[in-house]
Amino acid sequence: MPKEKLIMDASEVSRALTRIAHEILERNKGTQELALVGIRTGGVHLAHRLARRIQTIERAQVPIGELDITLYRDDLALRKDQPVLRKTTIPFNISDLRIVLVDDVLCTGRTIRAAMDGLMDLGRPAEIQLAVLVDRGHRQLPIKANYIGKNIPTARDEIVHVYLEEEGEEDRVVILNGGES
Amino acid sequence: MSLKRKDLIGIAPLDPDEIRLILETADSFKEVSGREIKKVPALRGKTVVNFFFEPSTRTRTSFELAAKRLSADVINFSPSASSVVKGETLLDTARNIEAMQADIIVLRHQAAGAAETLARGVRASVINAGDGWHEHPTQALLDLFTLREKKREFNGLRVAIVGDLAHSRVARSNIYALTKLGAEVRAAGPPTMIPYGLDKLGVRIFYKLEEALRGVDVIMMLRLQLERQGRALFPTIREYSNLYSLTADRLKLADSQALVMHPGPINRGVEIAPDVADSLSSVILDQAANGVAVRMAVLYLLSGAS
Amino acid sequence: MNQSTIVVIRGGHVIDPGRVNGPADVLIEDGKIVAVGRDLAVPACRGGVPTIIDATGKLVLPGFVDLHVHLREPGYEYKETVKTGTASAVAGGFTSVCCMPNTNPINDNQAVTEFIRDQARAAGQATVFPIGAITKGSEGKELAEIGELRDAGCVAISDDGRPVMNSHVMRRAMEYALAFDLPVVDHCEDLYLSEGGCMNEGVVSTQLGLPGIPAAAEEVMVARDLALAELTGARLHLAHLSTAGSVRLVRDAKARGLRVTAEACPHHFALTEEAVRGFNTHAKMNPPLRTWSDVQALKDGLRDGTIDAIATDHAPHAVQDKQCEFVDAPFGVVGLETALPLTLALVDEGILPLEAAVAKLTSEPARAFRLSKGSLALGADADVVVVDPQETWAVDPEQFFSKSRNTPFAGWKMKGRVRVTVMGGRVLYEAGAARARISP
Repeated sequence: MPKEKLIMDASEVSRALTRIAHEILERNKGTQELALVGIRTGGVHLAHRLARRIQTIERAQVPIGELDITLYRDDLALRKDQPVLRKTTIPFNISDLRIVLVDDVLCTGRTIRAAMDGLMDLGRPAEIQLAVLVDRGHRQLPIKANYIGKNIPTARDEIVHVYLEEEGEEDRVVILNGGES
Repeated sequence: MSLKRKDLIGIAPLDPDEIRLILETADSFKEVSGREIKKVPALRGKTVVNFFFEPSTRTRTSFELAAKRLSADVINFSPSASSVVKGETLLDTARNIEAMQADIIVLRHQAAGAAETLARGVRASVINAGDGWHEHPTQALLDLFTLREKKREFNGLRVAIVGDLAHSRVARSNIYALTKLGAEVRAAGPPTMIPYGLDKLGVRIFYKLEEALRGVDVIMMLRLQLERQGRALFPTIREYSNLYSLTADRLKLADSQALVMHPGPINRGVEIAPDVADSLSSVILDQAANGVAVRMAVLYLLSGAS
Repeated sequence: MNQSTIVVIRGGHVIDPGRVNGPADVLIEDGKIVAVGRDLAVPACRGGVPTIIDATGKLVLPGFVDLHVHLREPGYEYKETVKTGTASAVAGGFTSVCCMPNTNPINDNQAVTEFIRDQARAAGQATVFPIGAITKGSEGKELAEIGELRDAGCVAISDDGRPVMNSHVMRRAMEYALAFDLPVVDHCEDLYLSEGGCMNEGVVSTQLGLPGIPAAAEEVMVARDLALAELTGARLHLAHLSTAGSVRLVRDAKARGLRVTAEACPHHFALTEEAVRGFNTHAKMNPPLRTWSDVQALKDGLRDGTIDAIATDHAPHAVQDKQCEFVDAPFGVVGLETALPLTLALVDEGILPLEAAVAKLTSEPARAFRLSKGSLALGADADVVVVDPQETWAVDPEQFFSKSRNTPFAGWKMKGRVRVTVMGGRVLYEAGAARARISP
């Protein structure tokens, strides 16, 4: 039974998201030509929450897309069982837009690399920015987040898990010790 | 969840969950085919060989497109009948293909069991694109994918398969797939074309087309294969089409929302009356598009590390 | 063992169908049976020491007689030769085999018959009784020189591999053969009904999408041959019966007093069409494996005597011949080295008592073709088999004495094994002995 160490509780998650929403609006000077794309599956829920906060703050709607990066993973040839595909739903043209990619945990950077390749196959965004709830270090590629909820130093073999209300859990971020991968 | 097998030889060995997995995976690939850049890198660096002993432009092109959209390299190999010595050449040629580092071999062959024989002899994954009268699994899967889009639920769906079932691999694969997913399958055709013991596969047999069509949700017409059938199966094309052709009147006996499908190409006026055939063209185009998506799904699911 | 002219097989349970069934010794002198009885005294031996074979706990049987084998020589020596085929026979307990004429050239003349017999004598293994063709080239059109074939040593005629489709030609062949008192052996298959078929027409062939051979293809010809036998009074022998309908027709004909004999092959009563699943070419033969109820009917036919003999239809094919698509593979499986345990299995199942099972391999086939073999009567050729009925072993095709490996029983656990085979008083085979010692 893995031990859970609480890093962020529900209210901390909420405050972090609110701050990120403000930061996005500040840096992009509003919502013009802005769109959010959540990376499946954790990033999708967070992207929707960010969009609602932006709507509240700025009284403007930002288009949201959902991106499945499975087909762009760099380890497909190495896996015995192919991972289950989920659908990519981006119902707008991403070309010339500023896209904010949203994910729950940033670690090696490979997921983000795959997400960028996926976006590039869909169009030519003017800019790609990255928002993550948690940055836990251990980058294997030169990837940097523009908006970070919390920096969490971790050991390589620790697992960081984000539980979300949308999946039937109480919002929280934990480190799992001695658990399975 | 994954396809826990090296090859796709037929529908018979699959369990219903595997069939559903392929169809759900095909959903994602249909979306890819709707983009402007219809390519994903999932099979980059992999080699897919189309090994077609029987000519077939449509199926081969469909597999080629599917493989290329997954960024695989594609080689087309079509041994002509005269240059191939029977029997030993299949396995020997296949080993040569393996030496080219083929990851997946798509085989169409006139002998039933050829795909299974090949799969046992090579390390590469083998996809059966039609072996004699035995099976054509990707055709059945794309038929089911098309049905799923229009009809949603397989359980209790009434499907009639009409024509030369005895010599049809499409019919066999569809019968296995539909019965595994809980559909009610009816077969209609002259007794000479209904194979022995078909009822043991869970199919209701009708010699009168009108009775088979009553209230049915889906009608799958089979092509009358003039080049493949033996003698004395039916007296003339005229009598066959009098008795078994899908006319507008016969179509009215089916459910008002009934879907008519045909693996193509249609023999107008033989299996289907021309006016009914015209209204079919959209479904046939759907089936073609779905074929690429389904084949991408199969290639993807079989392409894991060995 | 050294080869002296006196051989004693001691301490076994002798079964000579119709004569002996109990503990006894067998005394052999100069290649003939001289005595069968308990505690036999061994006479003084002129040129050396008598050979003693200890058969304690074993069965001592007449050497088996196989009415139906394919030795493939002349013409297909890469599959089997007379030498390797007869060695395979001896390893399976068969001391007499009748070989079919579908060689290349066909055995429809004296020269080929004599060639086969010469090869058999040179090999010194099982005795070979050639079967000559019914028609020239087995084409089914003109009669072969059956008189010449009989004089050259043929014991029966057959176009095996094919039927004689033309009923008029078959009638004349049956009549003509009466002059030479030869049995006419038919491979019952209506070629029009079976055309293109490669397995039994049934549920399995429908599922596999393979063209089928209906049971009717055999039964139509069985019925025809029986009608012609009734018309002509000929001696008819029906090869490899495989269907319930065929058994029923023969039972009825025998009840009416027709001179018909019939054989069945072990693979037809040990396997069904299910063995073909996976497109296994080692389960492809003609007639094909049938259904469970056909298997039951064959067993009933063996039990009530409708089927007289068990024959193997030993049909060797090289490995590469069978390594292809099912529809293209040649028909046939080997059988000499697996027939005994499959026959003894019928005893275990309660289908046949042991003596009757032995008769199916010995006295019954000999009677059908009027061969002076298959018995341990005084003065008979000393062809004897010592069998361990309890020994279990696994079938390993790589160990076969046959050149070919095409068996559907690879890996099967069998019960009952040939330990020693004696031919004309010489020990030709001992299980487990180094191969080099087999063949004098």
